[in-house]
This record gives sequence, structure tokens and C-alpha cells, in this order.
Amino acid sequence: METGKKQPISDRRRFFLTVARATGLAILGGLTWSAFVDEIKATSLILRPPGALKEDDFLATCIKCGMCVEACPFDTLKLAKPGDNKPLGTPYFIPRDIPCYMCTDIPCVPVCPTNALDIKSVQNDKKELDINKADMGVAVIDDNSCIAFWGIQCDACYRACPLLGKAITVEYTKNERTGKHAFLKPVVHADVCTGCGLCEQACVTSKAAIFVLPREVALGKAGDYYIKGWDVSDEKRLENATSQITKTEISKDSAIDSLNSNMEDLYK
Amino acid sequence: MMNIYKKYRFLIARRVTQISIMVLYVIANIYGINILTGNLSSSLVLNTIPLSDPYAVIQMFFAGALLSFNVLLGAFFIVIFYMLIGGRAFCSWVCPVNIITDLANYLRRKFGFNQIQKKQPASRNIRYWVIAISLVISFFMGIAAFELISPISMVHRGIIFGMGFGWAAILVIFLFDLFVLKNGWCGHICPLGGFYSLIGRFNFIKVHHNAPNCTACMKCKEVCPENQVLHMVTKTSIPVLSGECTNCGRCVEVCDDDALNFSIKNLKKGEYNEVN
Repeated sequence: METGKKQPISDRRRFFLTVARATGLAILGGLTWSAFVDEIKATSLILRPPGALKEDDFLATCIKCGMCVEACPFDTLKLAKPGDNKPLGTPYFIPRDIPCYMCTDIPCVPVCPTNALDIKSVQNDKKELDINKADMGVAVIDDNSCIAFWGIQCDACYRACPLLGKAITVEYTKNERTGKHAFLKPVVHADVCTGCGLCEQACVTSKAAIFVLPREVALGKAGDYYIKGWDVSDEKRLENATSQITKTEISKDSAIDSLNSNMEDLYK
Repeated sequence: MMNIYKKYRFLIARRVTQISIMVLYVIANIYGINILTGNLSSSLVLNTIPLSDPYAVIQMFFAGALLSFNVLLGAFFIVIFYMLIGGRAFCSWVCPVNIITDLANYLRRKFGFNQIQKKQPASRNIRYWVIAISLVISFFMGIAAFELISPISMVHRGIIFGMGFGWAAILVIFLFDLFVLKNGWCGHICPLGGFYSLIGRFNFIKVHHNAPNCTACMKCKEVCPENQVLHMVTKTSIPVLSGECTNCGRCVEVCDDDALNFSIKNLKKGEYNEVN
């Protein structure tokens, strides 16, 4: 009988195995979970209700209660359901379906229990609600599919804009093709546009040629090194500019004389 | 008829509570009757009293959110209520997932799965690990981590605002509890249940065991979703002190011998007075 050789499994070994299994499971679960959270957070093409904090802060602060959605009288706001491929339970809207009608009393913002929709960001200096300060996104025009850019008269977006003549203006230029007609091209002014999406909903093309994108997605940034020298207020931005000296070391290799050496230098 | 009432009074009361809370949320969303607005993550009672899910608020804190007064006050109300009165009653009296897992558990008993698979291979402490991991992920990812994957939220939000693929979450939990692990979701994994277990151990209303009456029929242990809390049954006359008890009252109902009853903690003596 060789049973004597079989060591009884000590409590210590059992304990270590249990700890190792727990750690393994925790790491397995934790990493899978974080990978999922990371994926779902990465959806940047999502339009938030008026007054929403910056996307990162918004995601941390929104408790997903849906009270803004309930407050919205136009059913504009939706809560992200499983399958919408958006951060679950957070409010969003799709302007082509139902845009934000820019209620003057902004019912969706004061009901937010966590201040993920920040009432201060939609108040003017007198602490009055001012929906024109909302910043849900910015309208962008695809001038290839916008029929006004073809020379066909259409000012649907211009007429639909609640900030008529401010957020979208119409620019007149000569239509050289006919020589006797004018282009009436819509131009979006990003500093005024609230991203309500009424223009996107009004657009007559089969897929909207003017559409709202989140500001971070749609707009570029000139940075501190390019200044409108003719604009005094813009020159102020120079104060933020930090000087940066880049230094490239001069190569110590001798120059390649490929033209005179029949390109032989190149193959060395 | 009297017998049915006696055998199912808490079960019926729980289903009525669970369903009415959901109905109140739904009519607030659809018809604007604002008795209870929002959902189980955060709500407003009669347009005045805020209520918030304290576990979600803790995750938000770890995620680096600037917590508003309203949401802290709401979480405070909930914590005080469950700490003093409810215990872990959220799980059996409010949470809609409870209906699904109770159904799975009922079918398990009917089909006799529990006889085939007697030993449960997983620890009931997993839920506390899930809490810890959720807070770590919330901290590093800057978002309330469990709220993004929570099947509880998917279900109550689904009922109130539209389900989407939320039915898949229901199906997963149902199948998991039915075939994989007895009381798998609510009794092993759910961190919200774990959270309420932690704060629920202090409350005043507890199930009390009266050992001399007990005939050791073990009906209570069979029906209990957290039967480790009934360790004293047949042995000693003490209350169920573990916070993991959901105060569902099933054990009280199934007991034919009046050996289990709800009781209220007597502050002065530290004992428990029975109530019926």
C-alpha cells in the first residue's frame, strides 16, 4: 500500500489556492468589465440635453434616472436602452427624429437631481433661464448634398432655425454656371448655434445635408499660435501661449552624393 | 381562503408593492401623474422628496462626480430607511428582478433541481468582491461602473422607458438562476444586494426563531433565498441577525408550527418582541 505517500492537503495550501482563485476571478471579471465600460464610453457621437456637462463629467455625474426625459414635453429626449449602442441609461436625442424645441422654461434641466444638467450653464447674467445659451452641439453642412449649394433655392434650415438670422445666415453669391442666378448658401455660425437640430429635421434632402454633431467632434481648434492680428480681443489669447523651442540635432553623417555616385550611395 | 392568505400574505404584499412602485413610475412617465417620478436610480416623491440609490451615489463619488445636495439627501433617506426599518427589504419588496429570480427558484423547486444539485459551487461572498471591483473600475474609468451593466437598472428602466434588448438581461438572469446556480444572481453576484446586506444588518425588524415550536420540517430552509441566515433553525431561539436576510417573510409563511415570526428589536433590553 502506498497510501502513506499521499500527503494530506494542508489548510495552508487550500488557503493559498482559494486566494489565488479569488484573485484570478477578480482580475478576469474586473478586466472584462473595464473593457466593456471603456468601449461603451467611447461613443462620442451622442447629443445630450441642454446644459449637459462636458461628456466625461456628464458620464460620471448622470445617475440615469430619466427625469429629464420625463420632463421633456416633446418626447425629444430618450434614455439609452440596451441595443442603442450608447452609454446605457443616459439621455440623448436624435434631431432628425425629434429635435430640441428650445422651451424657454427648459423643463429638462432643473429636474436633474445630480446637476449633470447644469442649470448655471443655461442662465444669463440675471440668473434667468436662457435656452439660447444651451450648447448641445453644432450644425454642420455637407455642401455637396445641400441643394442650395447646387443653385436650387431652398432656405428650409434658415427658416427653421429658432435663432433666425443669427445661427444660420444666407450668403448670396453669383451662380457662374447660369450667369444670371444667385446661390443662396446657408452658413452656420458655430458661436451662436445651440445644436437644437431644428434645421436637421427641416432639411429637405433624403438624408439631412445639415446635421448636428457634438462640438468636440465637429469643430477644430486653432491653438495659441495663430492669432487674428487685426482683432484686439483675439490678441489676448496670446497671453495663454507658451513658447516652445524644438531642437533637432544636426546629423553627423556625411551627406549622400547619390546624383554623382550613380545612386550607389543609397544601397550601402 | 384564510389558509391561502396565511400561507402567502407576505408574498402577495411583496408582489403588490413591487408592481405598484413600477406602476407609479410608469404613470408618471406616460401620463404625468407625478406621485413617484424617475426610476429606482433616483426619484422624486410627490415632486418634493428626493430619493437616490446610495450604491449608485457611492460609485459616482468614486468616479469623481461632484455630488449635488439633492442626490446626497436622497441617498441619505434611503440608507436611513433600510438601516432602521427595511433591512435588505429592497431586494424582496422593491426590486423587479426579484420577481424573475423567484420564478426561477420556484421552478427549481418544482422540478427538483435542488435535489439533483445539492451543493452550490459558488460563494455567497462574491457580491462583496463585485462591490469592491465596481468601485475600483468606477475610480479608474470615471463612470459609475455597475450602473452601466446593471440588469436591475435595465429591467426597471426598461419597464418605465422602453426595454430595447433589456429582455436579454432578464433571460440571462432567469436561465442562470434556473440551471446554473441556485439563487445565483440575487444571492451570489448582485452587488446592490450585497450593499443592502451590509447596511441591512442594523434594522429593527427581524425574523425571530422560536426553537421549541420547531418540528424540523425544513420548509423554511427550502424556500429561503438566503438560507445560510437560518442557521439557528431547530437549534436556538434567536433572531435572524444577518443582513443577508431580505425580510421577504417566506419562512414565516411556510412555517406550520409558528416557529418563525417577524419581531421588533427592543432597544432597552436588546431583545426582540414578537409581532404578527
